[in-house]
Amino acid sequence: MSMATGYEPSLHTAAEFGEDRWTLNFGPQHPATHGTLHLQLELDGERVVKCTPHIGYLHSGFEKLGEHLNYNQYVVVTDRMNYCSPICNNVAWHTAVEKLFGIELTPRCKALRTIVQELGRIQDHLLCLGAQALDVGGLTGFLYGFNEREGIYDLLEDLCGARFTVSYTRVGGVVRDCPDGWTDQVLHYLREVLPPAIRDFEALLIRNRIFVERCQGIGVISHDDAINWSLTGPVARASGVKRDLRKDEPYLCFEDGWDGRGAPAVDFKVPIATTGDVMGRVLVRLEEMRQSARIIEQVIQRMPDGPVMVLPEQDVALPDKREIYFSIEGLIHHFEKIMTNKGLEPPVGEAYGAIEAPNGELGFYLVSDGGNCAYRARCRPPSFINYQVYPVLIEGHQISDVVAVLGSLNIIAAELDR
Amino acid sequence: MAVAEAIAALQERFPELGLAPQPLVRYADGRDSGQLWVRVPADRLLEVARFARDDERCRFEQLCDLTCVDYLNYPDAADRFGVVYSLLSLSQRHRLWLKVFVNDPEPVVPSVTRIWKGAEWPEREVFDLFGIRFEGHPDLRRILCPEGIEDHPLRKDYPLRGRGEREAFVPIDRETA
Repeated sequence: MSMATGYEPSLHTAAEFGEDRWTLNFGPQHPATHGTLHLQLELDGERVVKCTPHIGYLHSGFEKLGEHLNYNQYVVVTDRMNYCSPICNNVAWHTAVEKLFGIELTPRCKALRTIVQELGRIQDHLLCLGAQALDVGGLTGFLYGFNEREGIYDLLEDLCGARFTVSYTRVGGVVRDCPDGWTDQVLHYLREVLPPAIRDFEALLIRNRIFVERCQGIGVISHDDAINWSLTGPVARASGVKRDLRKDEPYLCFEDGWDGRGAPAVDFKVPIATTGDVMGRVLVRLEEMRQSARIIEQVIQRMPDGPVMVLPEQDVALPDKREIYFSIEGLIHHFEKIMTNKGLEPPVGEAYGAIEAPNGELGFYLVSDGGNCAYRARCRPPSFINYQVYPVLIEGHQISDVVAVLGSLNIIAAELDR
Repeated sequence: MAVAEAIAALQERFPELGLAPQPLVRYADGRDSGQLWVRVPADRLLEVARFARDDERCRFEQLCDLTCVDYLNYPDAADRFGVVYSLLSLSQRHRLWLKVFVNDPEPVVPSVTRIWKGAEWPEREVFDLFGIRFEGHPDLRRILCPEGIEDHPLRKDYPLRGRGEREAFVPIDRETA
C-alpha cells in the first residue's frame, strides 16, 4: 500500500483560481487552532470566500479501542476525548453503559456525579472564554480563566487523586466517595473564588469595547439552521434553541425524586441568547457557570448518605478496595469482575445514553453482544457535530474573524477526531 | 408516550413497509429501556425521513447522530451493516432510531443531507470508517483517515493493530517535500 498517493502540494497558486484569490493554510500547527486543526481558506483579499476544514490529525481510533476494552477500562480513554472537562466524558460513558445494563444508581452517587459534571462545565467554560479572549487578542482574559481552573483541578485531585485524567466513574457508581470536608471546599470555591472570577471576566470581556466589537454580529446562525445542522449545547442555545438535556431528558439530580424519597429536581435556569453570534455564545457560557454553581450548592445542601456503588447483588459493582485486600470473598468477587473470561454480563442489545456536556450533547451508542466488551462503542462527539457548520459560519467574513468564530465553537481536537 | 404517536403516524403513511417498533435493549427482567427502533428499507429511506421531519406528530427536526454498526460476528444477525439514524424531536421531546441494513459488496444508502444538513460529516465518517457509500452526498471524502489508505478501520474484519499502515507511512522531511 502506498500511503503517499494522497499527498497534494498544499500551496495553490493564484493562477489556479483565475482571479486574485489565494489559498491560506491555517494550521495544522497554529497556536490559535485549539488543537491540531487544518483550515484551507480561499481568500479574496482579506475576505474568506471558501473554507475547507481538514480534520483527522488526532484520529486515534477511540471507537475501535472501545470494542477491545471492557466497560470499566474504557473510561480511561474517554478522559482523553474532551480534555477540557474529562470528568464529563466519564459521566457520559457510564450513563450509556448503565442504560445498557438497566442499572439505577444510588442517591449519593447521583449527587456526586452531578457535582463533578457541573464542575467540569465550569472548568470547560473558563477555558473556552479565556481562549476566546486570547483568540481576539486579549491575553489577560486567558490567564484569568486558567487561574480559576486551578481551583477545580485541586478539588478533583482531592476527590480522586488525579488532576487531569480523572477516570472517576465506574459501572454502577464512582471509584470512591468524596473525602471528609470536600463539599466544604467545593462550597468555598463556589462562594469565594468563582464569583469574583466571573465578575472579572465580565468586566474584561463584555465591557471591553474591542472585545465586543470583535464578537458582535460575527458567525451568526439562525434558530432553524442551528437545529437543522444538529447543533447542541451553548452554540445552539445562543441561537435561541431551547434545548438542554438536563431539562428535556432529565437524568441524575435533574430528575424529580432522584434520591428515591421524592426530592425535587435541582432548580436552575437555562440561559438562551437570540443573536446567534459569537457574543451570544460568550454570554450564554458566562451565565451557565453561575447556574452550574447554583446546581452544585443545591446538591450539596441535600447531599444524601449511603453507598456510592450499587449493591453487589446487582452483579456489576466492583467491590470496595478494603474488601479486596482484607477478605477472601472480596478478592474472589474482584477477580470475577476483572477476569476476561468472566466479567460483566450485559444484555444483548443496544442503548444510547447522553448527558449535557459543556459543549453540547455528548452521547454514546453502545451495541452489546453479551460479551465483556462493547461490540460497538459509538461516541456522539459535540465538537465533531458542531464543527461541520464552521465553513457556513465563516464564509464572507474577514480573516481576523476566523479565530474569533473558531474559539466560540469551542472545538477540542481530541474529541473532534477521537 | 409521544414516540408511539410518531410511530403510528409513520405506520399510517407507510403501511406497506410494516414498520414494527422494537426496543433497542430488553433487560433480563423483561423491562426495556424505552428506546425504540424501526427498520427502514434503503430505497424508501428518503421518503420516510422527510415525512418524519415534517409530519405534525413526528416532528423529528434534528438528526442527533448517524452511525453504523458492522454486524459481522453479531449473534443472529442477517445483514452485515446497519446504518443507524438517531432522530430527535426538540418540540415533542422524543427520540426514534431508524436502521437501514445494507450488505457487501456494494453497500449504498441514500444520503439524508438534503433533509438534515447535520448529516454531512457523520455520513463522511461512516463512509471513511465503514466504506458505505451515501448516494447524493455533496462531498463524500474521507474525513478522519488519510487519503491513500484503502481499508475501513471500524469494520470487524480490520485488525485492532492495523495492517501495517504505520510502517508503510513515508515521513515527509525537508528533502522530500
